[in-house]
Amino acid sequence: MATGELNPDHYPAQRAAKVVQHYLNTQYGSPFRLFGLHRVHSGTAEDAADSGRKYQLEISVQEIINNATEKCSAEVLFPRAGEQRSSQVQVSCEELLKISTKAQEEALFQKYQMNQSLLSAQNLPDSYGHIEPDNQPLWHLGIVASSFVMLNESTENTLYNMAQVASIDQLATDNQQLKFDCRVLLHEMVSQEIIHWKLLFTWSPADGVKVLQMEKLPHCHHCKVPPNTN
Amino acid sequence: MTGVWLLLALVAAANGERLFIGDQVIRVNVQSKEQIQLLQALETQQDLELDFWLHPVSTELPVDIRVPRSSVSSVTELLSAHSVPYSVIIHDLQDLLDEEKAEMVENQMKERSTRSFNFGAYHSLETIYSWMDTLVAQHPKLVSKLEMGRSYEDRPMYVLKFSTGGDKRPAIWMDTGIHSREWVSQATGVWTANKIASDYGSDASLTSLLDTMDIYMLLLANPDGYAYTHSNDRMWRKTRSKNQGSVCRGVDPNRNWDAGFGGPGASMNPCSDSFHGPSAHSEVEVKNVVDLVTNHGNFKAFISVHAYSQLLMYPYGYTCKNVIHQPELDSVGRAAVQKLTSLHGTSYKVGSICNIIYQASGGSIDWSYDLGIKYSFAFELRDTGRYGFILPANQIVPTASETWMGLKHIMEHVRDHPY
Repeated sequence: MATGELNPDHYPAQRAAKVVQHYLNTQYGSPFRLFGLHRVHSGTAEDAADSGRKYQLEISVQEIINNATEKCSAEVLFPRAGEQRSSQVQVSCEELLKISTKAQEEALFQKYQMNQSLLSAQNLPDSYGHIEPDNQPLWHLGIVASSFVMLNESTENTLYNMAQVASIDQLATDNQQLKFDCRVLLHEMVSQEIIHWKLLFTWSPADGVKVLQMEKLPHCHHCKVPPNTN
Repeated sequence: MTGVWLLLALVAAANGERLFIGDQVIRVNVQSKEQIQLLQALETQQDLELDFWLHPVSTELPVDIRVPRSSVSSVTELLSAHSVPYSVIIHDLQDLLDEEKAEMVENQMKERSTRSFNFGAYHSLETIYSWMDTLVAQHPKLVSKLEMGRSYEDRPMYVLKFSTGGDKRPAIWMDTGIHSREWVSQATGVWTANKIASDYGSDASLTSLLDTMDIYMLLLANPDGYAYTHSNDRMWRKTRSKNQGSVCRGVDPNRNWDAGFGGPGASMNPCSDSFHGPSAHSEVEVKNVVDLVTNHGNFKAFISVHAYSQLLMYPYGYTCKNVIHQPELDSVGRAAVQKLTSLHGTSYKVGSICNIIYQASGGSIDWSYDLGIKYSFAFELRDTGRYGFILPANQIVPTASETWMGLKHIMEHVRDHPY
């Protein structure tokens, strides 16, 4: 495994940096705040004492919705092979977090709560890359919820992106929370597999996204999948 | 061709259109007043149903008459009896009308397709195949379409050849869509083919390139997979071949080439999206390209276009050791990316496949490089994961345009560095 000074364009640093993106989305992601990896400037890797592999990175992170970019320092600790826990990330990206999304989030939250019927959407985006404007927040929520899985599943040998929200359905609750059940398709770049996950999560402006349950779904190889018609 | 005319006639009849089968148009060069009077008398004979296109007026002007089939013999006999010289200028009016109609339909189709083909949209296989024919029809001296073989499910595989002549000139190969879910790749191929055909003659650099080299473009390198992404599974990547002893279908066509085949970075599980297949070139889609390129023997560049990740890569994938020409390929790649980025600011990374994304055996550009085609490159187009495979259609043209800047640079380098 690559150790010492890393070439920022090569995959070891890139994969570690992607994990930072997933972490930021789990912590701070919302319908109006999403993070993307913009660039890796430099990085080092070393074997950590007892516990796996430690990467130190200088990266540029982009807040996609407001189109703001910040240079951040980050540290990623991949657990030793075989260990069940997810990667540990430390990152400082304060400037991006200062961009306030509170008003928009509150407005959306209230709008959803006042809905007569429960929200439901499929295939975000559709086959042609299209998403109805009303469904954009649901797509973003799907990305944030997926980030919990992607953070959990990431290793030095993987690179995850969310390929599509297959379905997202709002569930009734008896409290102030918004609750969703969704099925997402994740793309793992190294194996090139599309992996299906089912997620149960809540969202509120105050608490952000919290995943209650996550379950990997088997990929049915000989099943006829209905076409993405949208 | 008579079958076509008959069909057109039947359709016309069914539509209530009037038919003129066997009608003739004759021209009389009147020489005397008597002849004019004769023809004027003929005009009044209703039973003959003559249709005068040019009326008998003076000896200065010809008289043209459409003579219905049933009246042809009576009229010609009459004219001969009075020594009136005539010539048949149209032997069968319906034939002429049918020809004219067919031409109109063809022109309408050409116009409709050139005017309305939307390069900023994703199209079905059938639409792309039909568009290829219109491209050839519009640029017959430059572009030809060759069937290079069939796919597993027996779909034709067509390569577009851009050539201004010669016999097996040094050539550039480009393929798009080998992984069917990477839709912006095929869409970029279509736009690029159109760009090359349109700019030949007006772009000095491209024109000089095509005056000495040929370009081959395989727009749908995996037609079965592409059809499947439309009908069943938008995320399908592989071919659609049946795998012995498994319910899972398909082989990763970019792990199936004879370059480190079966090595790291490819799976031996038929259900895997990176399954390398039972043997190198087992996939007919791959074999067809191998045969064409090998038999041609004079390709100087080989470019495979994929999506996504925004990368421009050179060999090897099957091993992380450098190729001999690494410095040159890297420098060409970086210069190409600079041109690409200059259009919309899209950033790309450059490097060997093994270093930039992963070690992967059995890849196309490794094969082409080891065959001796020095300028072997692989593109991974937009984006970097936000939309991934399902890139919005409104990004097709920006993606294709910026990619063209990079492609052109590579092609110019190939042109200027013969080997």
